[in-house]
Amino acid sequence: MEKHVVVIYPHPDDESFGAAGSIAKFRDQGVPVTYLCGTLGEMGRNMGNPTYANRETLSVIRKEELMNACKVLDIELKMLGYRDKTLEFENRNEVAANLKQIMEEIGPSLVITHYPEHAVHPDHDALGAAAIEAVRLMDVEHRPVVWAQAITNDYHEVLGKPDIRNDISDFFEKKTEAIFCHDSQASGILSQFKHIDKLESEIQEDIKERFSMEEFYTWKFED
Amino acid sequence: MKPIEIEKVQAVLDGFTNKSVYVHLETTNGAYASHLNDQAYNVGAYIRNANVVFNQAKLVGNGKVYRAGLKMEMGWIYAEGLTDWIMHEDTKLLLAGHDREGRLMVSLEISETPFSY
Repeated sequence: MEKHVVVIYPHPDDESFGAAGSIAKFRDQGVPVTYLCGTLGEMGRNMGNPTYANRETLSVIRKEELMNACKVLDIELKMLGYRDKTLEFENRNEVAANLKQIMEEIGPSLVITHYPEHAVHPDHDALGAAAIEAVRLMDVEHRPVVWAQAITNDYHEVLGKPDIRNDISDFFEKKTEAIFCHDSQASGILSQFKHIDKLESEIQEDIKERFSMEEFYTWKFED
Repeated sequence: MKPIEIEKVQAVLDGFTNKSVYVHLETTNGAYASHLNDQAYNVGAYIRNANVVFNQAKLVGNGKVYRAGLKMEMGWIYAEGLTDWIMHEDTKLLLAGHDREGRLMVSLEISETPFSY
């Protein structure tokens, strides 16, 4: 069993869409989970549907959504205070040093983050790379295992089959509950869930299947 | 935000002329544009808290979609596709254009005090 799991993603909602099922599974086993959330998604373009947020209120709204999702998932939250869309321009070594320090206080046995260069959003790629660098900088005997998540459309073909495939069907409801917390961002995708009963069973199954498997690659450090 | 009321917004814009103001100007089509559609391009730009003075400001449009032009001593600030407005914290003018799903496509904001950074 894991001792402590640290999840490192840049945006409020990355945790719910990307890993809420795996997180719920760990919590069900009594494993503590801490989410290090890089930014508040200040520069998102989704403003709710119909629109109720604006550029200046979005960060406040998303912060609240994030705290609610973490409450639903029963996990500890630390906000890192970087700004949306800027992570790739920060000094990677400084971000890595910051993450390393936080992780040394927590002492995780497992870290979940994005797979650099295969995570679509520049913030995902940059924070994933910094997180992996942070772990690499640790003494080999103290290094947590890293699960890296790729989200490109073709990652199976490019990276091969992921070695970690978590069937989270048993925690599907928990995952959707967490996703629902991020109302301002996910209305498009959420509406599929809201009307899931009315959709054709084939599409229902497709959505459920897509959201019931969470895949990760165990990172291989060279030294 | 609410649909632009040209007379009210023009009056607010006029109130900012010849003052040292902070501008947020942005356009975006989202970080996932080419992920969701491989024919699409990811394009976006923003500048936050540019400290400028403009001596003339005008909003022009068809009653629904507007353009704003702010004339400075050495150049212009321009935004197209503005549909909505609101006063934030009573003193900050926010203008934005949204697509039919309510997503922000363009934003022009003006304030005498800096925007959060």
